[in-house]
Amino acid sequence: MLGKTAGGLYWMFRYLERSENTARMIAAGMRLALTSPDGDEEWSSILQSATMDWGYQQKYGTSITRATAVDWMLRDRENPSSVINVVEGARNNARLVRTALTREVWEAVNQTWMLLRDLLKSHVKESDLPYVLQVIRQQSAYVRGAVSGTMLRNDIHNFIRLGTFIERADNTARIIDVKYFVLLPNASAVGSTLDNVQWDSILRILSGEGGYRLTYGQDPRPREIAQFLILDRRMPRSLAYCGAVLASNMQHLARDYDQRVHSHALIEALSVTHLSRGVDEIFEFGLHEFLQDFMGFIAEISAQIEVDYRFYE
Amino acid sequence: MNTRPTFDEMWGTSRELRTLYATFQQWFEGESLARLRKKQREAEDVFRLTGITFNVYGQQEAAERLIPFDIIPRIISGREWTRLSRGIEQRVRAINAFLHDIYHRQEIVRAGRLPAEMIAKNAAFLPQMIGVKPAGGVYTHIVGVDLVRTGEDEFYVLEDNARTPSGVSYMLENRETMLHMFPELFTKHRVQSVSNYPKNLHRSLAASAPAACDGNPVVAVLTPGIFNSAYYEHSFLADKMGVELVEGHDLRVIDGRVAMRTTQGYKAIDVLYRRVDDEYLDPLNFNPDSALGVPGIMDVYRAGGITIANAPGTGIADDKAIYSYMPDIVQFYTGEKPILQNVPTWRCSDPQSLTYVLENLADLVVKEVHGSGGYGMLVGPTASKKEIAAFRDKLKAKPSNYIAQPTLALSSVPIFTNAGLAPRHVDLRPYVLVSPEGVKITPGGLTRVALKKGSLVVNSSQGGGTKDTWVLED
Repeated sequence: MLGKTAGGLYWMFRYLERSENTARMIAAGMRLALTSPDGDEEWSSILQSATMDWGYQQKYGTSITRATAVDWMLRDRENPSSVINVVEGARNNARLVRTALTREVWEAVNQTWMLLRDLLKSHVKESDLPYVLQVIRQQSAYVRGAVSGTMLRNDIHNFIRLGTFIERADNTARIIDVKYFVLLPNASAVGSTLDNVQWDSILRILSGEGGYRLTYGQDPRPREIAQFLILDRRMPRSLAYCGAVLASNMQHLARDYDQRVHSHALIEALSVTHLSRGVDEIFEFGLHEFLQDFMGFIAEISAQIEVDYRFYE
Repeated sequence: MNTRPTFDEMWGTSRELRTLYATFQQWFEGESLARLRKKQREAEDVFRLTGITFNVYGQQEAAERLIPFDIIPRIISGREWTRLSRGIEQRVRAINAFLHDIYHRQEIVRAGRLPAEMIAKNAAFLPQMIGVKPAGGVYTHIVGVDLVRTGEDEFYVLEDNARTPSGVSYMLENRETMLHMFPELFTKHRVQSVSNYPKNLHRSLAASAPAACDGNPVVAVLTPGIFNSAYYEHSFLADKMGVELVEGHDLRVIDGRVAMRTTQGYKAIDVLYRRVDDEYLDPLNFNPDSALGVPGIMDVYRAGGITIANAPGTGIADDKAIYSYMPDIVQFYTGEKPILQNVPTWRCSDPQSLTYVLENLADLVVKEVHGSGGYGMLVGPTASKKEIAAFRDKLKAKPSNYIAQPTLALSSVPIFTNAGLAPRHVDLRPYVLVSPEGVKITPGGLTRVALKKGSLVVNSSQGGGTKDTWVLED
């Protein structure tokens, strides 16, 4: 496969994953704003979760309202990670790697782009927002389903999975980090009612409420939630799950190409240094510090993959 | 100007249904317009979802446009096709012989059949190709021959496209779409298949592998990138052939071979189907500013390390000034009378012709020698006085830049409009593959249709559409 193609596949699926996570974060923001007394306050932490706060402030300053925050995250062309920009980025990459995709996958991503281009043409009214967010998530699932149902399990598929799960690992870590760090500057609040509402919202963003309930019952407790979202390998958006998928795809590539590269060693190191710790050890080390380390490591792995597989000249 | 009635491929010249269309007409009569309108919209949705689009330069808003597709097929009989394809094969063989001659002994010039300056002063002539022997002696591997019809048995070649003819993906997708929407029509008609084109293209390219190739030839398609107007087609062809679609920056010359950067290192390419123009192909040998090409590829090519299809410098064969000599060229190299006619052409470089052209602008079509895609041309009969006056000045300023032709009464084929069938002018571009193994012509080709009533301009960049083209089994 061309290095350019591998890179195109990788970024196509990073972008798609990002669009879905952004929609998830906006949905959480909506819910928090509607269920908590201080409404628009929540959007500040949502923007931070999405690492879209800096750009937002450049444009709007410090005043944050639902309307401006949502607009920035969904459809602002100046925001490189806005849903419309990443969906267009995914679609441009899909055009670039068209020969590596089945017709179904191409059509799924092309349709996603056409739908969202129309839906996000103008400002989204509050009453339409739930529908728009639902479409974004559904389209992402549609593309994933087309991949799952029609693509060969070869190196193309490995790069698709690497892109998806590097992005997801990064996004999940950010969501946990910002929620924890921003909302709980004071460790004494752990266990309070407010705390539980916030943790509950993290579960919601990551579609983990049901899974958590099955595993731990009705009460959202920070320690268990952290255990679930960081270390539970059954949970498809947990850091451990992402790490396992990354490792297995790397192993496939190593076998397929009969070649071990540096990023393989990094992925293996990730599971030893970060994902084999217990939750208590992580809390002791500091959840925020742990997540920052983790994100740094993920970024390093991503950069190394680009070099190892010759994405660029 | 020609005042004969237009020949309609369904209704002839006297409004009598040609038997070729009898079955189709019967089917059409039994269909409701509402259902067909729905089908027409469905077809557009399919094209849009599949991304069968072309990019229009300089139109930000409509960066990607659909080429309008018309659901009424153009039908050609097996007998008509046999004659056409014989003429095309003859012409394409002559073109390849001509290209070889031009870059070697120039016998045709020595014989006094073609003025030396037609070559020496031609911008499409590449001195870098002099003495080069392409693998298997093939210069133009992929040719599109533009034909127009003016009567029951009258076909003219309007233009040869020996450089990088485009549109073949539309030929294939149009057929797929028709099969999908009107399967019953294909039960009623025995339509010759076009679907082998990608397989034949791959075979033809692989058969043209260079001496340096050991083992299975590695073929790749070279595209200028996703912003090129024909990018869809480039990726389509690479996909259907199962080969890599590369850009210049994926390639590099290593150890005398052109190699592509893969996830496992560099891998040599044997045959490159390039859809990048000559001047952008190699910044070391041609335009130094080009980022689209591969530095040094011409040196590898000359040394037999890679086959470039089509060969650099083939453009001289489809140059519009050379076109006017094509009947002589066919005769010279095949020793036979040309089966397909040329449209009579005035070369404005010739003072006598220029005088005639200037006096008769309102009746003529004037084209730029190096223009393409319907740009920079004057269609006399439909042009305003002001446009004609402006063109007259351009002509006088640089006569050798232009040729002129009479306006032909292009045949029409009905299109489907809201009110039912309505005749529109068409042309036809069949696609030809040439390899050391021989010449292969896909039955049919791309029918382009002027969607505006009375218009003779069928180019997609000028708002033309396309139709599925059926060649029936006899």
